[in-house]
Amino acid sequence: MITDTDTLSIWVIPGVFALPLIAAVVAFVIGANRVSRAIGLLVPVVVFAASVLLVIATMEGEVVVSQVAGWQGGVAIAFVADLLSALMLGVSALLVFASMVFAYAAGLGMDRWFVPSVLIMTAGVYGAYLTGDLFNLFVMVEVALLPSYILMARSGTLTSLRSARLYLIVNLTASTLFLAGLGVVYGVTGTVNMAALAGLGALPVVAIATGVVVVALMLKAALVPAHSWLPATYPYTSPAVTALFSGLLTKIGVYALVRIISLVYEPGQTITIAVIVVCVLSMIIGVLGALGESTIRGVLAFHMISQVGYILVGVVLAGAVGFAAVVFYLIHHTIVKTSLFLTGGTVEHEEGTGVIKRLGGLARSHPIAATAFFFAALSLTGIPPFSGFWAKLGVLTAAAEAGAAVVFVVALVVSVGTLGSMLKLGTGVFWGQPKQAEPDDETPSDVTVEPVVAAGTVLSVASAVEAPPVTKWRPLLVIPGFALALISLGIGLFPEWLLVLAHTSGESLADPTAYVEAVLGGSTP
Amino acid sequence: MSLAIAVALLAGVGTWLLVRGGAVRLILGFILLGHAANLVIIAAGGTNRRVAPIVDGSAPLDAAADPLPQAFVLTAIVITFGVTVYLLGLVARIAKKSPGSELEEGFESDDEGVSRR
Repeated sequence: MITDTDTLSIWVIPGVFALPLIAAVVAFVIGANRVSRAIGLLVPVVVFAASVLLVIATMEGEVVVSQVAGWQGGVAIAFVADLLSALMLGVSALLVFASMVFAYAAGLGMDRWFVPSVLIMTAGVYGAYLTGDLFNLFVMVEVALLPSYILMARSGTLTSLRSARLYLIVNLTASTLFLAGLGVVYGVTGTVNMAALAGLGALPVVAIATGVVVVALMLKAALVPAHSWLPATYPYTSPAVTALFSGLLTKIGVYALVRIISLVYEPGQTITIAVIVVCVLSMIIGVLGALGESTIRGVLAFHMISQVGYILVGVVLAGAVGFAAVVFYLIHHTIVKTSLFLTGGTVEHEEGTGVIKRLGGLARSHPIAATAFFFAALSLTGIPPFSGFWAKLGVLTAAAEAGAAVVFVVALVVSVGTLGSMLKLGTGVFWGQPKQAEPDDETPSDVTVEPVVAAGTVLSVASAVEAPPVTKWRPLLVIPGFALALISLGIGLFPEWLLVLAHTSGESLADPTAYVEAVLGGSTP
Repeated sequence: MSLAIAVALLAGVGTWLLVRGGAVRLILGFILLGHAANLVIIAAGGTNRRVAPIVDGSAPLDAAADPLPQAFVLTAIVITFGVTVYLLGLVARIAKKSPGSELEEGFESDDEGVSRR
């Protein structure tokens, strides 16, 4: 047991961060070929295996700490793996793998920069999940963001460079705000070790200082009122990149909010009201925006805003029950959203457009993709046999237990809106009469999804434009989204194990004593 | 006090440049905002304690400078530098490869790009 924990803290935890970085260098040096693409698939598999080890080690609520360089607890910049970190690590590795398969099938693997950029981005994401230090969190977020700028600029359409600029401005501003907030936190507490900040939120001055950090993270997580950048940027990259961004980058913000709010603030502080207001508004505005969008990814991007509201509202509801709902929802949502983005991306790649009006009747010719879409859409809405049902049930239970009637009602009503916009996508894209898009193919379409190098040279990918009206879609584009939808169904049918894990994780988030003791307890490896 | 004024000036001018639009202004604005944040961190460490804290270990604790904020700022400067280089490279490349194209217009023009998006 002790040797086990030692191995984990000395090798596995730092390794999860180091491996993608080393692999990225190797992949870049050998260029875009089969080997580097294989590396891009292998690394998430290894990380997933590592996350399984970490989940096993932490499933009773234990905390595995890696005090970097063996410094004493509280002095060292610690890597900390608790159940939440381990679960997030696993689900991230899963979605990276699925997105990579999709991206290769879509031809993105031909770009020399793609695999290294994704690997570095994932290193930053894994690091952010594992770090126990606010400043390190900032560094990790930057590590994840820099390659995302490259992906954004290289994989989008010509028109997307304008949205790349918006993406840059928002993220640079958020990072700078985060940094300033960090300075203020250090100024009032003298530490940026998250465990050492535990419970200090009871002091007003610390609560305000941490509030600056929280605002910066809310900007990154695209919560209302700082949400409008997300639907204006995410749909304009290539679909695989959108899936990666949605599953990784916004999730860092969400995860960090969960971690910081759970550690620093006490239940019942004023921030509770602020979080509820922001989350409820996000739920409503996100779903209303989704109803008004006209492209597949536009609808999905607005849904993200709504769903992040669902995830985070549990943070301030009913202690352990609320946190358990957060953890379950976070994992469910990451899987389902990636599935939807990938299936939607398949449509865009193969039909050459994501505009709902120009599509229709695809269920007849492409039953597997349609099944994947409907599974994931029903799961997102919260229909019983899927994971989304348990996730929404968790949120509703927490709201009922906390007596938050507003949250309860809004969560239910917004579900109807979610169903409505999913039906709009379903009827528009998969049901109805197939639309022959030949006339449109002649005109230069504004939403063709060819990967473009920043300079504007089109990469040599198999062009979907010349394909005959009813083509067989590339199976490797369809399978990743379908597999993730099946996982959602699997979780929905056999939810006990994940509910138990979420419950354990929720309890340790509600009472972070074990976390704090493990980090500060002076136990050097 | 002078530090607070400096932060206010840097943050104000930086924000103004950021919302003005135009790629180079954006980058300059980002640099200034980064400096503002760095000064906040330096201020957090306390500016009246100036004795080197570690060199020979003889510095009195109430006069020794706090090395941690300096380490933070150093890291932040390096990150800002890296991001700046990347941004400048991106802009230079767009401007060189497709002068006058929609690309450059979208990224380079002053207010049009903002209002159209």
